[in-house]
Amino acid sequence: MTGKDLLLNLSRGVGVSGYEQGLLPLIKSAFEPLVDRIEQDRLGNIIMIKEGRGTPPRPKVMLAAHMDEIGLIITAYEKGGFLRFSSIGGIDERILLGQEVVVHGRKDLVGVIGAKPPHIQEKDERKKTVKMEDLFIDVGLEEETCKQLVAIGDMATLKQDPVLLSNDRYAGKALDDRAGIVTMLLCLQLLENLGPEADVYLMATVQEEVGVRGATTGTYGIVPDIGIALDVGHGDIPGLPEHEVLPLGKGPGIGLGPHVHPAIYQRFTDLAEEWGISYTPEPGTSPAGTDAYAIQITQGGIPTGLISLPLRYMHTPVETLHWPDLEAAARLLAMFICSVDRQFVEGLRCF
Amino acid sequence: MLLAQLSEAAGVSGQETEIRELIKSLARERGSEVQTDALGNVIARKPGRRGKPVVMLAAHMDEVGLMVTGIEKEGFLRFRPVGAVDERVLVAKHVRVGRDKVPGVIGCKPVHLQEPDERKEPIKLKDLYIDIGAKNRKEAEKLVHLGDGVVFATRFERLEGSLVKGKAFDDRVGCTVLLDLLQEQYDFDLVCAFTVQEEVGLRGAGVAAFTVSPDIALVIEGTTAGDVPDIPGHKQSTIVGKGPALTLMDKSVIPSKPLLERLLEVAKLRDIETQFRRTTTGGTDAGKIRLTKGGIPVAGVSLPCRYIHSPVSIMSLADLEKATRLVKGFLQSIDEQGLPEGT
Repeated sequence: MTGKDLLLNLSRGVGVSGYEQGLLPLIKSAFEPLVDRIEQDRLGNIIMIKEGRGTPPRPKVMLAAHMDEIGLIITAYEKGGFLRFSSIGGIDERILLGQEVVVHGRKDLVGVIGAKPPHIQEKDERKKTVKMEDLFIDVGLEEETCKQLVAIGDMATLKQDPVLLSNDRYAGKALDDRAGIVTMLLCLQLLENLGPEADVYLMATVQEEVGVRGATTGTYGIVPDIGIALDVGHGDIPGLPEHEVLPLGKGPGIGLGPHVHPAIYQRFTDLAEEWGISYTPEPGTSPAGTDAYAIQITQGGIPTGLISLPLRYMHTPVETLHWPDLEAAARLLAMFICSVDRQFVEGLRCF
Repeated sequence: MLLAQLSEAAGVSGQETEIRELIKSLARERGSEVQTDALGNVIARKPGRRGKPVVMLAAHMDEVGLMVTGIEKEGFLRFRPVGAVDERVLVAKHVRVGRDKVPGVIGCKPVHLQEPDERKEPIKLKDLYIDIGAKNRKEAEKLVHLGDGVVFATRFERLEGSLVKGKAFDDRVGCTVLLDLLQEQYDFDLVCAFTVQEEVGLRGAGVAAFTVSPDIALVIEGTTAGDVPDIPGHKQSTIVGKGPALTLMDKSVIPSKPLLERLLEVAKLRDIETQFRRTTTGGTDAGKIRLTKGGIPVAGVSLPCRYIHSPVSIMSLADLEKATRLVKGFLQSIDEQGLPEGT
């Protein structure tokens, strides 16, 4: 399976936080040919292991990208066959009006998110955002049938097939962070020919969007020498100052801040310069926001890094990325992994 | 399926090219003589065996959408709505730009970077833009142009049950009914006017009616269905699944009573479920046609559609079937009984 195929298939796949299992067959089939074994932990994280060439004990490098997507959960029935809902993960409710969804009940039901028609609303109502509690999902069914097919607590996902824009850019849902999973595949494809010394643990984590929960238990089960979170970062758009964004087409962001071990940041930037890989430094003041948050404080502490894929319009069905940025990130990660030896790892605990 | 084809074709008011070409060829396939006029209306005539009276059916081809009004240095497109689109539905939608239907997305600031108060207000139009993936203005200009029409990228689909979703049911459902009826042959002259620019002020209809100069006219529209939560019963205009809705009165027109009564007679005779449009808001081509020349008797038959003027609407195929049967029965009654008295 090519990286682009995996991106398209993963974007189409369904896996809201806590309900990621449907993605397992796709991920397995993509990664199986390139790794030595695949395991799953009790929260549902998928851990794919490629053993290194070095003599044991070999350094362990872990990459983590989350496979869960933001979504909706059905909270109540409304008269007439409509459904009330709440969100899973952070969603700007302004994007929901007029949005197509799929409700995952006894069957997958296509629906639309609606609200009171504008001409019924009062004039000042029309100037305000419709609150999530005033929105509803319309699956076009009568009340009885709706109740038979949909249960309170069922999930719904945003309905959007990925679309190719100009310049090798893709727009769709769940690119946060399935683009990270794809980057892991691209990285593995490069490592095939590079034969790194270290063992590589690639973890597709669960429940990142609701509190980096998969990364918490997953990292505990691996206890790597180095943990790299591979997530998305805010791409450049009108209205955001240059220094707050990662421009598309200029390679990955390399995180720095309390969540990143300074030597790991340095190693990434040195390698990027050496190999001519474009990147954007991504300073962050808070450790929160990605799996790095959980990875860093696991057990006795893990030296952590963060690589961010530039992504516009995060947490919408129009998330947009630049394919070559994924390739650049994969190259950088592959070079990093190949550079990890016992000496480097031991040095990380000296401050 | 005809409605699917028509729904997915592009045709923002003033740029109805794709839908017009499609309708012209479908109308010709159905044995009618097809003409266009200076605005781009399509007038399809099926001359009758006797040649009179002249009966016009009208439906509008144009849909609400957007127009590209600026191309920024970084390659993003600025736009304005064409027709009455609730601006709150625009953010985070997929669109297609221009004649080549270049894919684009309407982007927005990610939720993570917003102030909590920001979300209480809808994003202003001036802060919205379309991203087609172009790196700069020069690149963008190779693909799109100022003035290009922009439509939502919505696909037509059947839902579980008997309803369907798609864009532009207002008024591609009307166009569907007209094309179905063009397959028939009557004694009178049937003229189907597929009008333009309804959504920006009922512009095409009066012009078409002037040229056709019919004895009577029926306008087939897609109208708002109010059968959704949070609307008190008396404010529900129409209900999906309860059949075609007949206009009693709206902001543009008071239909001709004899025509309305004939419609009701036909409905009763043929056991076709109908309802009335229970609100008086909104205007349609019927208003323009009514006042053309010395005045033309007109009535309106509408299909209930939820969420009109937004990216995705929902309607019932059963309603479409009933509407077609109703209008067909009405036309047959003209051959059988002549025009209603008083028209």
